[in-house]
Amino acid sequence: MPKAVKEVAISNTLGLHARPAMQFVDVANQFKARVTVYKGGEEPGEADGKSVMQMIILAATEGTPLRIEAEGDDAEQAVQKLVELIDGKFGEE
Amino acid sequence: MEIKKGIGVSPGVVISTAVVLDAEDLLIPRRAVPPEQAPQELQRLHDAISKAGADLTKLRDRISSEVGKEIGGIFDFHLAVLRDKSVLNQIQAEIKNQQASAEYAVSVVMRRYANTILQLKDKYLSERVKDVHDIEKRVLRLLIGQKHEDLLHLTQDVVVIAHDLLPSQTAALDRNHVKGFAIDVGGRTSHTAIVARAMGIPAVVGLGNLTSEVSGGDTVIIDGTRGVVIVNPDREQLEEHAEAGRKFDQMESELQQLSHLPAATKDGHQVSLLANIEFPEDIDAGLFLGAEGIGLYRTEFLFLAAEKEPSEDEHFASYSDALRRLNGRPLVIRTLDLGADKYTQAKSQNPERNPFLGDRSIRMCLHDIPMFKRQLRAIMRASIMGDVRIMFPMICTLMELRQAKMVLNDVMEELEDEDIEFRRDIPIGMMVEVPSAALMAVQFAKEVNFFSIGTNDLIQYTLAVDRTNEKVAGLFCPAHPSVLALVRDVIRAGRRNNISVSICGEMAGDPLYTLLLLGLELNIFSMNAPDLPEVKQIIRSTTMEHARHVARRVMSFDSERQVMHFLR
Repeated sequence: MPKAVKEVAISNTLGLHARPAMQFVDVANQFKARVTVYKGGEEPGEADGKSVMQMIILAATEGTPLRIEAEGDDAEQAVQKLVELIDGKFGEE
Repeated sequence: MEIKKGIGVSPGVVISTAVVLDAEDLLIPRRAVPPEQAPQELQRLHDAISKAGADLTKLRDRISSEVGKEIGGIFDFHLAVLRDKSVLNQIQAEIKNQQASAEYAVSVVMRRYANTILQLKDKYLSERVKDVHDIEKRVLRLLIGQKHEDLLHLTQDVVVIAHDLLPSQTAALDRNHVKGFAIDVGGRTSHTAIVARAMGIPAVVGLGNLTSEVSGGDTVIIDGTRGVVIVNPDREQLEEHAEAGRKFDQMESELQQLSHLPAATKDGHQVSLLANIEFPEDIDAGLFLGAEGIGLYRTEFLFLAAEKEPSEDEHFASYSDALRRLNGRPLVIRTLDLGADKYTQAKSQNPERNPFLGDRSIRMCLHDIPMFKRQLRAIMRASIMGDVRIMFPMICTLMELRQAKMVLNDVMEELEDEDIEFRRDIPIGMMVEVPSAALMAVQFAKEVNFFSIGTNDLIQYTLAVDRTNEKVAGLFCPAHPSVLALVRDVIRAGRRNNISVSICGEMAGDPLYTLLLLGLELNIFSMNAPDLPEVKQIIRSTTMEHARHVARRVMSFDSERQVMHFLR
């Protein structure tokens, strides 16, 4: 199964709160690949990229480094789109 | 078969079917569902979540178009959670592997998430816990609602089991079919106790976690005389309690015959016995049991039973209905005494930290003059239809009293300008229920036509005890010498200034205190209708000499234990 990985940091001020989490999950759900998000920093964690509850609980604040991993046929596109979303600060600023 | 002991607050025995009412905290019984029922529970879960999603979508769309997309967007999060597959998997796992009912599974999983979210350091994120609670409630209501009874339109007699009964809930009950109450929390003067006694049905409170042990449809015995509740009784218990119920009913009918006789002592001293009511309908029971009039019409229920604040005409309709039933007998209307209950706290923008000492009752009315005037106008319009008297609650300073009277004056001027008839010399009284008013009764007596001592709140404020808090409910005692001293002094102040004094708190209807109150020269007792016969019985079988003797002895004690012991 094709895999893709990319590292990206959260850059918007309010971090990964409810609205961005929903956007993230919406994008992730467009792809067949399985998406896992790993959080670095002082309190590491991991979340299913398609579960809004898990993404909220991840509590990724501004500056938190994330590693996005996808596994599946469209893994490459999935990771790319998700990183774009994060880099674009979820359209907040 | 479960026997639970609590505090019996309204006597009698009833055997009936239970309806379990949810309050703010939905208590879901851990119903262990047999494994073969799991597919059914999974289906129920699926149906409830689908419906919740559909309802939320409709709600969001409506709010978005009526108010704005920003606000409508609040519900997007709820919808996202409902579609979250990992959440669904967790709930399904509880049903499949833990034999949980759909309700229990939803509750357990959502609460687990809520706890996790609550621990998050980011305030913005931890706020989302409210959304999780909301989603839980929404799905649970759909699940439970599938077997939910509409309490306003019951088709069979039931007893209501609840964690707590709020005034807004009792106001929305089908009084013809509710035959008893059993409540987890509360003490002797809790709201449930008052309503049950007014309705003349058995009630037991302070049962702890009864709601987690009864399911809707269970047969329940409620023995309000002994303070016992039995869930799913066996035949022996059924027979025993049915017999106790019969004996009690017989005693009740004997007391009822008393209603035609005057409330006078053996040595010819006559007092007045009146009834307390929440609704005009209650008047019939009061008159039936010998009330000479209504000493307290609690108008809060007009607000609680409706979705919004009543209009002037709605007020007027209730007051004129009450006067019609009274046919000339007196009606004391107490102006809005709301606040400090969950009803108003839930609705307010900033829930107060100490509602009992907060913006409630007359204070609230003086802060909302238009609302206050609506009620006052209705009362004044009704004043020409019968013997109406008006009473202000929770007065604690002379200034407050004078302000209230000024507003009333304004109302009279307005009505005069509009050529509407009213009675200008309507008797104006006040509740004496705050220690400041009791201590300054002499000064207050000069500015009103009558006093009514609200012993429930007076005891609460004087002893600093929350009567609804079962941890301290034992401290709440009318027999405390400090309270008795205040009562005595208020009655005296009234007599010296030639104004009438009544007691309309629970103490007036409690047979334990009748002799004492008589001996303290109380002339007007206002109580819940079912208490009338026994109080009258006691009055008729004593003399003032004896009553005064009892009072003298009691006032010499310095502990409530001594007082209680003596009175018994």
